[in-house]
Amino acid sequence: MINLKYFFKGLGCVKSFDSPAIALGCCMVAIGALFKNIGFNLQESVFSTFLTYALPGSLVMAETMIIGGSLLNIFFAVWLVNSRLYPMTVSLMPLMMHKSQPKWKYYISCHFVAVSAWLIMKNNYKSIAKENRIDYWIGVGTATWSIAIIATFIGYITADYLNKDIMIGLAIINPVYFMCMMIGSMKTLQINSSIILGAVLGPAFYLISPEWCILFGGLIAGTIAFILGEENVK
Amino acid sequence: MSNSIFLAILVTSLATFSSRFFGVITSEKIKENSKIFRWFNCLAYSTLAALIARIVIFPSGALSEVDYFVRFIVIISSIFIFYLTKKNLVYPTIFSAIILSLINSL
Repeated sequence: MINLKYFFKGLGCVKSFDSPAIALGCCMVAIGALFKNIGFNLQESVFSTFLTYALPGSLVMAETMIIGGSLLNIFFAVWLVNSRLYPMTVSLMPLMMHKSQPKWKYYISCHFVAVSAWLIMKNNYKSIAKENRIDYWIGVGTATWSIAIIATFIGYITADYLNKDIMIGLAIINPVYFMCMMIGSMKTLQINSSIILGAVLGPAFYLISPEWCILFGGLIAGTIAFILGEENVK
Repeated sequence: MSNSIFLAILVTSLATFSSRFFGVITSEKIKENSKIFRWFNCLAYSTLAALIARIVIFPSGALSEVDYFVRFIVIISSIFIFYLTKKNLVYPTIFSAIILSLINSL
């Protein structure tokens, strides 16, 4: 089963002073409040974070519901914004795959792939032996996922006390935190150029297609960065 | 739980989980020191950067009510504080929230 030593080690990752728990918690509080404002009840709000656990996807769902979009609209809009989880999973799972570990761990724990847990794992995986990484990851994921669910709950019940200025303050926390975290992980030419090109091309493609900008911008930026890095190694 | 909200939540989670699930299936065939792994690594960082940049430059929801220039100043000064505090993540984050709330309530 799960090696508890590594599970708890992963779980403890969110305790540090500068852990993503703060950013994640704050933005999920905002999501909880948003859910209340669009007419979800408490169970629905918590259930939504429990099942989806991806902030931009939840935002898109809320926006599509507000404008009266169909279920198909919701599926398509969420899929487009959350398709980034595909390369994120592919760039993480091979680092954790070990023949001694059962496959179900990978299929279930992929639910935890979201920016906060992903960045923690990307920054720490080298300090854990490969065969134990999946148990460590399940710990990291359980911690961040639990924070997201609890914060949604808190956001829902405190929604009436959160005025517009506080909501705006909460909304900037997420992009600022993850932007700093990404700048902090800029260590190789490939990653540096991926981040810089992605940040330029993503918004640039927004002018052509708001829906497809992340997918197209990310794909082109990542591919150019990859080629740049490979050429440089040669 | 009303039916339409329940279905919307279900559809959202399916759309989200599918990307994660196919990611695991693809991962089974990829070695961590292969070229294709490095390509996916670039794609992961670039799509994340694209998403964060889009949220800041073309926000939806609460942030869209903040003036473009104010957002720009807050972001630049947060990056400055990030470097000033030797890459501490907490100070720029808290700074950005407080300063934005303050400017906006003026």
